[in-house]
Amino acid sequence: MIKPNLQRVASIVTVAALTFSLNAAVASDLVINEEISLTNETAAPAHLENLTTIYSGWNFRKSETQSLQMDDFDNPGMIFVDQAIDQWNVVEGEAGKSCAACHTGGVEEFAGLRAVLPRYDEEAGGIQSMEDYINECRTDRMQADAWKWSESKMTAMTALIGLQSRGMPVNVAIDGDAAEAWELGKEIYYQPVGQLDMACASCHEDNYNTYIRADFLSQGQTNGFPAYRLKNAKLNSIHARFKGCMKNIRATPYKEGSDEFRALELYVASRGNGLSVEGTSVRN
Amino acid sequence: MKRKAFLIIGVTAAFAAMATAQTTAKTIIPDDVVFDEYGAVAMSLTGVAGDAANGRKLFANRKLGNCLACHVNSEITEQAFHGEVGPSLDGVADRWNEAELRGILTNSKNTFEGSIMPSFYRTSGFTRPLEKFEGKSILAAQDVEDILAYIRTLTE
Repeated sequence: MIKPNLQRVASIVTVAALTFSLNAAVASDLVINEEISLTNETAAPAHLENLTTIYSGWNFRKSETQSLQMDDFDNPGMIFVDQAIDQWNVVEGEAGKSCAACHTGGVEEFAGLRAVLPRYDEEAGGIQSMEDYINECRTDRMQADAWKWSESKMTAMTALIGLQSRGMPVNVAIDGDAAEAWELGKEIYYQPVGQLDMACASCHEDNYNTYIRADFLSQGQTNGFPAYRLKNAKLNSIHARFKGCMKNIRATPYKEGSDEFRALELYVASRGNGLSVEGTSVRN
Repeated sequence: MKRKAFLIIGVTAAFAAMATAQTTAKTIIPDDVVFDEYGAVAMSLTGVAGDAANGRKLFANRKLGNCLACHVNSEITEQAFHGEVGPSLDGVADRWNEAELRGILTNSKNTFEGSIMPSFYRTSGFTRPLEKFEGKSILAAQDVEDILAYIRTLTE
């Protein structure tokens, strides 16, 4: 059916692809600005039955993409962080307040917060993501309008606050009051959905480190979110990424900010317990 | 005037429906496909012989077969990216017979329990399908037969 020389070319292409994937899997250290060393590979948390090692999504990207994240001047996501720094001082709402009005210690007050979110919040009576806390500030304390879950001001602000935890290990609680939501998140993670009938696990647990056509599958870790994607040239929230994945497999996504996505966010974050918060990552 | 136009549309539609009924007389709907205990499907889904050349196009088409997303196939050299999720399809026709391949294309889960491979000719049993795909199979019956005809040419 095929000329032998063509077949040889095809095998070389295949071998090249395999070699590339192996290179990507054993990616080097992730160091930002030549000084901040991040944990991009570590032992899987005890609750993870099917993985022994967890990797940042950074490991699965091409070297050109990887290097963009290694210098804050090259990282396109930092443009949005700058916008959030400006937003921090903007007075909005009936109460006449800016973020800075209450948070007198500056955004540095939030060092460590990204690493433990989402978490169970007694007052809210459920799992709260960073977006929930930002909107709570806006509506209750500033008396301003809530932002949409994935609008640019929101993703920029979550990036700025997340950046304060850069280098700290993800450490979300999965027990106690969080256990119920965590179990729901786990259930969603393993439930095949959509016309293509795939679960998160089908790609990101069973087939990471593998090409699906031109896409190299990662473990789907969220420690780098919000992520600047070269594909859409903006910051992407975790829930927006979940939504995109579900649509790809032709499933009806849950709503951004829904209890289901908060639960899934908690479960997926817990799969990355031990990896560094990356602040604002760069992905394809 | 208006009434006449409706009449013409009505008659045309009736003829069109008859024509469709004739060509699809032997098409087996997804829920009626009969699998043997190993997941093979002996009977053609349409009764119309598969068109291997069209099957080759569907094989690479990202919105239809998109088989290349997961399978290496050395016969398709003009496409750069071949996925690695599933096994290589080089020589697949030597390893599986026609009924087995039809079964795998139709609903691979009957052959390989828990497989990640989508069921290309199935319309029921999905969780949260997008509305626009609800009640629809990924491929039409003849698409499956065309792809089958194509992969049957993949011998070592």
